[in-house]
Amino acid sequence: MSITISRLATFRNEKPYPFCPGCGHGPVLDRLDEALVRLALDPARVVIVSDIGCSGLSDQYFATSAFHGLHGRSITYATGIKLANPELTVVVVMGDGGTGIGGAHLLSAARRNIGITVIVMNNLNFGMTGGQHSTTTPEGAITATTPGGNLEHPLDICATVGVNGAGYVYRGTSFDEDLADRIVAAIENPGFSLLDIWELCTAYFVRANRFSRRGIEQTMGELGFSPGVLYERDVAGYSAAYAAAQGGTANAPLGVAPQTIPTEFAHSLEEPATLLLAGSAGGKVRSAARVVAEAAIRAGLWVTQKDDYPVTVKTGHSLSQLTVSPQPEPLGPVTPPDVLVVLSDDGLRKVRPLLGSMHPDGVVVAPPDLAGVTTPAHVVLVDPSEAPVRIGKPALALSMASAAIAAAGWFDLAALRAAAACGPFAEQNTGAVEAGLALPHG
Amino acid sequence: MREYIDGATAIVRGALAAGCDFFAGYPITPASGILMAMMRDLPRTGGVAIQGEDEIASIGMCIGAAMAGSRAMTATSGPGISLYSENIGLAIMGEVPLVIVDVQRLGPATGGATTVSQGDVQFVRWGTAGGYPIIALCPTDVADCYRLTVRAFELAERFRCPVFLLTDKEVVMTPATVAADAFVPLPVPERTTADTGLPYEFVPAGDVPALHLIGDGAAVRFTGSTHDEGAFITKHGPTIEALNRHLAAKVDDHVAEITMMDHIAQAGAATLIVGYGVTAGAVASAVELSDSPLAALIVRSVWPVPEEAIRDALAGIDRVVVPELNLGLYRREIERLAGDREVVGVNRIDGDLISPQQILEATA
Repeated sequence: MSITISRLATFRNEKPYPFCPGCGHGPVLDRLDEALVRLALDPARVVIVSDIGCSGLSDQYFATSAFHGLHGRSITYATGIKLANPELTVVVVMGDGGTGIGGAHLLSAARRNIGITVIVMNNLNFGMTGGQHSTTTPEGAITATTPGGNLEHPLDICATVGVNGAGYVYRGTSFDEDLADRIVAAIENPGFSLLDIWELCTAYFVRANRFSRRGIEQTMGELGFSPGVLYERDVAGYSAAYAAAQGGTANAPLGVAPQTIPTEFAHSLEEPATLLLAGSAGGKVRSAARVVAEAAIRAGLWVTQKDDYPVTVKTGHSLSQLTVSPQPEPLGPVTPPDVLVVLSDDGLRKVRPLLGSMHPDGVVVAPPDLAGVTTPAHVVLVDPSEAPVRIGKPALALSMASAAIAAAGWFDLAALRAAAACGPFAEQNTGAVEAGLALPHG
Repeated sequence: MREYIDGATAIVRGALAAGCDFFAGYPITPASGILMAMMRDLPRTGGVAIQGEDEIASIGMCIGAAMAGSRAMTATSGPGISLYSENIGLAIMGEVPLVIVDVQRLGPATGGATTVSQGDVQFVRWGTAGGYPIIALCPTDVADCYRLTVRAFELAERFRCPVFLLTDKEVVMTPATVAADAFVPLPVPERTTADTGLPYEFVPAGDVPALHLIGDGAAVRFTGSTHDEGAFITKHGPTIEALNRHLAAKVDDHVAEITMMDHIAQAGAATLIVGYGVTAGAVASAVELSDSPLAALIVRSVWPVPEEAIRDALAGIDRVVVPELNLGLYRREIERLAGDREVVGVNRIDGDLISPQQILEATA
């Protein structure tokens, strides 16, 4: 049995174009159709992504797959479609209006070299909404919104995407006889391709500026916007680059995979209690709190950890408040802690408002140089310099927290040792915990 | 065995369990943890994650990917939802299954990036032009983040519309102890697709058409413009009306199916506390701590408003207390259902959480 595959004669459907007489959109879409016929693609696997404006009507005249979204965002949908299924041929048809409002997407698509083809139907103004100026309107041109002549310099679309890495960039006009060849080359480029196709808007721009085909060529010349293939690079499309970059991690363990903690030690808490570590950014306050939290969990307690630090993470205070409870506790408001560990001036400044409202049974653990606090709570001086081994700055938070936990007696200290002995920092954490537990604590 | 994890981790775990294979997002506190975990983990499961050039691009990529066969999710906070606005409308109009995580922070504007809030509860419902419905789920804690993320994907598939996971800074960023068995494996949500026929069938109005995926079988058309069942732009009045009634009815006719709530009923209770999200824990504690019987309703599906279930819970109640981290935004939904009953708010907008004691003071 033999199967005869006949090439589709057209990718258009039977609907006639709705464009104004003399408008460039119809001829450009005819060239696109010719290009698709020449490439002999499966029309279902060709996606015409249209923008808004007259160009946004384009997808309705093709028998391909189609995506008609919001103004200026067509490149984002095309990117999502291409990333989801890199086998699809994705062609964006947009106007100079969409190019302007979606400028960030244009830049990013070029930088990424996402493997889509963008055809800009550039008629130098907004046609559908009444002939207003766009980002490509030449300086001096008369439009509905520039009655005294346009004051803005027109965007060089091709240079913009070209200098930012696009794989294929072409500037031409809707009159170009070889436009279908250029569209074929653009689609065949694995990276980001753009064709900036200048057209006549016979409804507005032509009327307001006595514009013509010759005017297009003259304006390009005056601006120094050369026609032709301006960039053609051998690039990998983003999807291929992504697959290559991620290849090594496929099937690697998930970062969010469960890391279970056994409950193997005893605790003596009957009510919820809070421990607040108050130190400086960079002082490993949060990681110390995490070790204490995991220790409490090992002792059968339920812990939540509320961290507070400035948006500039490497300066100022760093607070971690642990709520430990024999029963699961809902998240609640900040309250004065039962045990406060002061680690630095930054931390002390931040918690000073809480000191006065601490309970008389509460405990403030502080090194001698920060012990000058006024609080109804019991102040316990813990001098890290009295440790049998030197406690370095990275270990200070966990050492002081360990001394505080030893003083508080909430749970079996074996839980703290077990928690410290886990994970990639087991050696450092164990050293910090042992040094802290060896400190005299009141 | 227990775990010590935050809501961001639970949301990502839920998304992966639900078969999510596309994520796009833009960095924003307090949602960045979800973006970073997705960038790390999604390729390990064969999916694609990308950091968009802005929020508009991020949700746009998700919509494109969803219509090309991916199960897509994005995550942001209030300022990002503002930028998502127009594309939320596109996802409604184009009937796109899409999960949007909103990790609420204090607004308006830049507000407080690391400050908790529930200020987006009306915003996610009314945040795009037209007023057409969306679905929003509110997880109460870390384990609920996992369950409701999976449920959000189920509902997105079932109803072909944006489903919000409306959570907040404290639930997402606070590490908490969770029983390891809270993360039970859940089945990947079913997907009903078709590769022939019209891409948008909207008669009868309450039915949800099967998803036609681009690249799967015949050519598929998608549009955000007012369209006929073939996705061609139309100005034919009866067709327009049928489309728009369908977009509302497919959600509004199925409220009972969407409804998720926990009702704590107590004999003799004349006061009902209605809470959602991060305040749910304080509501439950208030009921436990109270000397007199109190009833409570934890609404986990805040949109569409589970009106019937709320009316049922109001039977025998003469006073309703609604604690919220805003100035009473969801209270208005309760008020319109409460008839002559007194409805009072417990409202905190200073960036801290509501305590059970604060709620109890309002019940007295």
